[in-house]
Amino acid sequence: MSEFPTKAKVVVIGAGIVGNCLVGHLARLGWEDIVLLDKGPLPNPGGSTGHASNFIFPVDHNKEMALLGEQSANQYRDLSLSVDSGGIEVARTEERMEELNRRMTSAKAWGIEAHLLSPAEVKELVPFVNDDVILGGFYCPTVSVVDSLETGTVMRKEAVETAGCQVFANTEVLDVETSEQPGGITQVEAVVTDKGRIETEYVVIACGVWSNRIANMAGATIPLAPVVHQMADVGPMDILAETNNEIGYPIVRDMDTFCYERQSSGSMEVGSYGHRAIIHHPDTIPSNEEAALSPTEMPFTPDDFDDQMETAIELMDMLGDAEIKYAINGLLSLTPDGMPCLGETTEVRNLWSAAAVWVKEGPGMAQVVAEWMTYGYPRVIDVHGADIARFYDGERSEDHIWSRADESFIKTYGIVHPSEQWGGRRNIDVGPYFSRQEDLDAMFFQARTWERPQWYGANADLVDRYDLKEREVEWDNRWWSPITTGEHLNLRENCGLVDLSAFQIYTLEGEGAVEYADYLAVNKVDVPVGRSIYTPWLNQDGGFHSDLTMMRLAEDKVAIVTGVFDGGRDSFWVNRHMPTDGSVKFTNLTHKITTLGLWGPNAPVTLAQLTDHDLTQEGSSYGSIVEVEIAGLPCRIFRISYVGDTGWEIYTDWDNGPALWDALMKAGADLGIRATGGGVYGSSGRLEKGYRLMGAELESEYNPLEAGLARPKVKAADFIGKEAYLAAREKGDPEVAMCTLTVEDLTDGKGRSRHPQGGNEPILTMAGERIVDSHGRASRVTSAGYGPSIGKHLLMAYLPTELAVPGTDLQVMYMNELYPVKVGSTGSVFDSEDSRLKS
Amino acid sequence: MSVLVLCDHDRGILAEASLEALTFGRRLANDLGVTCNGVLIGEGADDASTSIASYGADSIYMVEHSLLTDYGPAAWGESLVQLVNETSPIAVLACGTDRGNEVIAHLAATLDAPFVANCLTVDAGNPSSWLMTRVQWGGSLLEDSELSTDQVKILTVAHHGIEAEQTNSSSPGQKESFTPELEESVTQTIVTDRVVLTQGITLSTSPVVVGGGRGVGSAEAFAPLEELAEELNGVVGCSRAVTNNGWRPHSDQVGQTGTRIAPQIYIANGISGAIQHWVGAMAAKNILAINIDPEANMVAKAGYAVIGDLHQVIPAVLEEVKRRKS
Amino acid sequence: MRLLVCVKRVPAPGARINITADEQDVDAAHLGFTTSPHEECALEEAVQIVENHGGEVTVLTLGPAEAEEQLRYAASVGAHHFVLLPVVEADWDPQRTASALTKAVQDLEEGSEPFDLVLFGNESADSGGFQVGVRVAQALSRPMVNGIKGIEMGEGTVTARREMDGGFEVYKMPTPAILGIKEGINLPRYPTMKGRLASKKAEVEVTEPTSEQGGQTRVRLHRPEEKVSETVILGKGPEAAPAVVDLLQELGVL
Repeated sequence: MSEFPTKAKVVVIGAGIVGNCLVGHLARLGWEDIVLLDKGPLPNPGGSTGHASNFIFPVDHNKEMALLGEQSANQYRDLSLSVDSGGIEVARTEERMEELNRRMTSAKAWGIEAHLLSPAEVKELVPFVNDDVILGGFYCPTVSVVDSLETGTVMRKEAVETAGCQVFANTEVLDVETSEQPGGITQVEAVVTDKGRIETEYVVIACGVWSNRIANMAGATIPLAPVVHQMADVGPMDILAETNNEIGYPIVRDMDTFCYERQSSGSMEVGSYGHRAIIHHPDTIPSNEEAALSPTEMPFTPDDFDDQMETAIELMDMLGDAEIKYAINGLLSLTPDGMPCLGETTEVRNLWSAAAVWVKEGPGMAQVVAEWMTYGYPRVIDVHGADIARFYDGERSEDHIWSRADESFIKTYGIVHPSEQWGGRRNIDVGPYFSRQEDLDAMFFQARTWERPQWYGANADLVDRYDLKEREVEWDNRWWSPITTGEHLNLRENCGLVDLSAFQIYTLEGEGAVEYADYLAVNKVDVPVGRSIYTPWLNQDGGFHSDLTMMRLAEDKVAIVTGVFDGGRDSFWVNRHMPTDGSVKFTNLTHKITTLGLWGPNAPVTLAQLTDHDLTQEGSSYGSIVEVEIAGLPCRIFRISYVGDTGWEIYTDWDNGPALWDALMKAGADLGIRATGGGVYGSSGRLEKGYRLMGAELESEYNPLEAGLARPKVKAADFIGKEAYLAAREKGDPEVAMCTLTVEDLTDGKGRSRHPQGGNEPILTMAGERIVDSHGRASRVTSAGYGPSIGKHLLMAYLPTELAVPGTDLQVMYMNELYPVKVGSTGSVFDSEDSRLKS
Repeated sequence: MSVLVLCDHDRGILAEASLEALTFGRRLANDLGVTCNGVLIGEGADDASTSIASYGADSIYMVEHSLLTDYGPAAWGESLVQLVNETSPIAVLACGTDRGNEVIAHLAATLDAPFVANCLTVDAGNPSSWLMTRVQWGGSLLEDSELSTDQVKILTVAHHGIEAEQTNSSSPGQKESFTPELEESVTQTIVTDRVVLTQGITLSTSPVVVGGGRGVGSAEAFAPLEELAEELNGVVGCSRAVTNNGWRPHSDQVGQTGTRIAPQIYIANGISGAIQHWVGAMAAKNILAINIDPEANMVAKAGYAVIGDLHQVIPAVLEEVKRRKS
Repeated sequence: MRLLVCVKRVPAPGARINITADEQDVDAAHLGFTTSPHEECALEEAVQIVENHGGEVTVLTLGPAEAEEQLRYAASVGAHHFVLLPVVEADWDPQRTASALTKAVQDLEEGSEPFDLVLFGNESADSGGFQVGVRVAQALSRPMVNGIKGIEMGEGTVTARREMDGGFEVYKMPTPAILGIKEGINLPRYPTMKGRLASKKAEVEVTEPTSEQGGQTRVRLHRPEEKVSETVILGKGPEAAPAVVDLLQELGVL
């Protein structure tokens, strides 16, 4: 064993599947002077990797999880440490059969072979299944079983051999030291262990369930909770032993009972996600010495498993007479939103997180983090959903992490609607109008920590007025209301008042503010005071990092207004690239300033009642910001629209919000004003106009040319991603274009009207083929919703340029059925001349 | 006044642990300023008596009776009861072996007196309440225990808790014969037979298990492991990777899905020490890991390890075993 | 045949054992609880005996209310009747425990034949007092041998084997008798899933025990001076052979 080092370039803490693959990938990317530590012994130091069931079901509705799962499965295959066992998700209920149809759709989207099976066909593949209790199955032949411990060992050895990575097992981290750098930056400095102190430039935390504890040592947070997943190994059973194989039968996921049955040689591993959520604080996890089996294989609590046993025997009678040879409460990591925690921590520079990653996505996510550390951004795929910077403070508290873990555990195998709302930890951040909205019977949707009205129950009369109907199929109608269509039509006819308090508002101030703002943005920020720009921010590779509005408020002051889903990542990005000379001051005003949107043909007359200011395009031109008094309250009105009708975003001090709301509602009372929800603002209004949304249409895998957001010229000033952006422009026409499509017939095979939800449904040719570009990016629905003013259901998707022609006939798959769609536009399908904005 | 020490012997062969008990009893007697007397029960006691005096027994009670043909817990226990009643010692103690604990338990049960097993130290300062430190959990924990009784104090001495120490006394301990009155019923639990087991050792009960893992490499490569097992009257076990590869039958598999073993020593060759395997092996009293990888789980968990290639180490060990046997 | 097995709920062994802050008990938070291993074997032996000879197995435990878990475990591996003597204090002393168990056995035998065999574990895994079975045997005036690693039932007799150096001592006793069972006598079965589910329906008779405190009292638990728990490396490569054989001799297996 080598001598314990005192210096390193990077220290990776944790030698599970993630840490091992990470050092391997760092080595491949040319890193040297790497140290890998673990407090446990090798090859199984006692973390979650050691008791993982080691199988990968590649189909996931979530793009990041699906693609990184696939990526990981392939890495295991490349090492020949993987067997394609196949796997079947069986359904016991009609609702689950529908979910399997949804699975089929996602399989198609990602290009993964899958088949729906009848109960008899399931039994043919898995003869010991009781086909009487199931209605069918979703079979995926490329479900694989991997050797995660050996993969970790191989990757670690590669790093040792090719990059001289030094490995120290049985080495406990006692502290992660930081130092204060110019510009108020806290930076990682050293890792202190029971074997010595290592001064280091980078630290990566890949400590699974212990990650937050290690992060806390440096003053950072990695919001995840260690939760129990119960697993029992029962056997032996002849039919399994006779296969003479680690795995000879497809894995069965008994989804409706939240269980899986996975052969392991002569016995069966029965795993459960169906029991109560059992959460352990990291400080209560035993050490290797204290643990009977391993720290993350905690004593089995059989009472919690009894129900699962009963249902498992229903499905496979032979399990009943097999002995329970080994049973554990295995620990794994759950985060508040179910996504991993990847990337640099927001609190401490050069302290990275590679946590809340399961075996099924470990190698891929390790590659993501290694690329991120190397290039400043991951190249495999866009990972905004896994970016640890996405969390707000309110999501990093133990309260929140625990509550979410408690609520989400059962969703692991659950049927989760794309719009499903959380039950607990609500009202963390509410706008100043909250009580008024409650009075209007608002249906709140939570966006990260922020409550936003999606529609108002008080507007139910609009359903009658516009003769609207509930959607025919419950799934399509769930978390939706025809009221939202009513609010949309009323806004187009009269006007609507939209609460935008969840906007994340920041300012850059100081002599370097404008210059720095320009360095962040593609479009020119150095515009006259009182003007705004709508602009992408690119990453180093020229893909989207952000898409937002910047306002020149003063010579030395620029405001940044971004969406509630992006505030964490955007503010981190600003901080990360901030000049350290003190020339720019970055301030978060989100809780100080509230915003109301007032739009619709009657918006100008409504507002005119409350101010003397000239509200014509002359006095308040599109894109301009003017300071005015409204109902005696100092406000800043910003002529802009995300819904396709004229009007303003009105900014005022938080405390003035309620008075402003009341004044506007009163002024608009006779003009048909209605409180209008996010269903119009974020969906129907936006979709009719083809406005792109960060995180949906806009991702790091796409550039402004492809998104249709490129300006004719590129500004002279330097900005992040400029070189890559210029290179992309050099190439000429982009390969794909963002399009709005109309669904031409919503009728399904049963004669019911269906409404695609915008969950990555694949766009297919008329022959039913997937459409994939040369980078492997598939055409899929990025957003979907009804366009009330068009009278059609609308979809957004990237299409190869040759197909991105209005009138082109294609198909969309939804719930495993095909529906005809037509390309509508690469711009707006409603008021494409923007005449309503200019009125 | 005296401290009485039961000396365990098997047909005249003194249990070494008895010398530890004598040493303990001698020191206790010195503390109390009383004599320390040994007790030998049954046939063969004479043979066993030779070394007792040099470990501090002032005198030795030779318990004789026609029914005391061989060891028997009830017979020995009842004999001791009667001797205690006869001699009224302050304390009775024995070594904390199977027999010592058993006989002493019989004594305590008959007298309905408390009995503290497996003591390491005793503080006899307070005549009616002694403080002892005793071992629990096979020595993983210690318990400070209070023995409160006006009756005779009864305890056993943890085996290996102290080292036996000879005294300077050159005089052979005085032997005193004692004949108890025993009823026929005590013969119910006297050893009637002895069997030497030469075959039928199973994986679960074998005192020696020689295990092989993935590192062994092939079915054929188990030959030296089998030879070693044979030399040590043990059996061969294996990890799951081995059965998965078809090198050994499932019946040889040690682990939670195989057999759980509890040998005196488990020699784990080329076994990484996956949890599944460890669960089956962790009851072993001693583990010797032979592994090329010093970071292997099994090496960390084992009490002893040899770092090296088992294909070189095992033949060398075999050679050494044979050399010493010859 | 009627058999009684006395079992004790103990923290599961196999890892570093922590002590509670008041030094009165083992902190089992990380360990979980189990049936004391010798008794688990006694239970298995009893179940095997009735499987071969017919009859029923009763399981008796004195312990906290949670010890019901161990009774249900016994049910899941084939025992038939279950009696819990619930106690609140951490660990009753051996005299007190034996007295309560004796009373319970007498109650169970009231109006019927005595149990052919009562099985104890050789000693409990936690407190290791080595005496409760013997005390019960004496109180009931039945023959008792500890350390048993083999049982053969005869007509009104039981032949028991006890391990000794290189073989076994054989005891032949009339029944009813009491035996202290040692781990290794058998390989206890694991419960099946169906067994586990059925065990939930098992009836557990609960009887408050009453008996006087004995003369042994716990003052505190503590840990022995840290032994160097690190692995002793006997050497590298074949040169380690003499050290290995020294160890084998020291352990008495050569």
